[in-house]
Amino acid sequence: MKVAVVRFPGSNCDADALEAARAAGAEAAYVWHRSTDLGGADVVVLPGGFSYGDYLRPGAIARFSPVMRAVAAHAAAGRPVLGICNGFQVLCEAQLLPGALARNAGLSFVCRPVTLRVESDATPFTARYQPGQRLRMPVAHGDGRYVADPATLDALEREGRVVFRYVDGNPNGAERDIAGICNEGRNVVGLMPHPERASDAVLGSTDGAAVFALAAVAAGV
Amino acid sequence: MKQFRARVRVMPRPSILDPQGQAVSHALGELGFRGVAAVRVGRAVEVLLEAASAEAAQAGALEMCQRLLANPVTEDYVLETVEPA
Repeated sequence: MKVAVVRFPGSNCDADALEAARAAGAEAAYVWHRSTDLGGADVVVLPGGFSYGDYLRPGAIARFSPVMRAVAAHAAAGRPVLGICNGFQVLCEAQLLPGALARNAGLSFVCRPVTLRVESDATPFTARYQPGQRLRMPVAHGDGRYVADPATLDALEREGRVVFRYVDGNPNGAERDIAGICNEGRNVVGLMPHPERASDAVLGSTDGAAVFALAAVAAGV
Repeated sequence: MKQFRARVRVMPRPSILDPQGQAVSHALGELGFRGVAAVRVGRAVEVLLEAASAEAAQAGALEMCQRLLANPVTEDYVLETVEPA
């Protein structure tokens, strides 16, 4: 299985995501944001960071990078796309996921481990988890408060598209404690917490490693 | 082609919590300003653009608002002026 990790100017979790994918057994390579070719990747990861310095709004400028046309085509073909933190913000700005990530309610950048509950195992990135399973992984963001209009939030809940929810404390004021969601096709997933920073015992948690264990994708799931 | 200056104001939607505005409001209170009921913080964008006419400049600036300058989920925009530069 081949994983493409997209690098924007200002990405800073790209190396971590690449390592997590390799540790899970994937062949992983970087794709520069000016490229329009994903190199035959099965899975695309938009990593965390501060693409374009978060100018205007986080993800607002990155979404118009040439690579995003290829990412949108990949998503439209039903193939897996994962956005982590800034990658989630880019996916929302690109309207590949609904809603937006607004400034944290608590007026501060939050950088600490949080507890999540897996709400859906019906995505390529959560297939190795059990619904209801609790995970510990870090968040590190200033604009992580998930917002959407009530109709969109209701649709996400009804369709089981809230993939991860904060439990034991909401670090950013996200509506309905939402930490991660997926699109209607369930192949595009975005989350604010960092599974790649919880993918090895030396990092203090391995709870995120299974996000990158995508053997099921290679098998055509 | 003529040059125009478009001024755009982008504000957080009233339904969206504005922590920046709350922080500024709090700081104004600390400074002794009385009677500050609420503060909202948005952004102003100035675009210098070339267009064949004022109408074309206006249309171009509106499209910029819709596609990039404001996020329709969280922000409202007003194209305040389009004037010859």
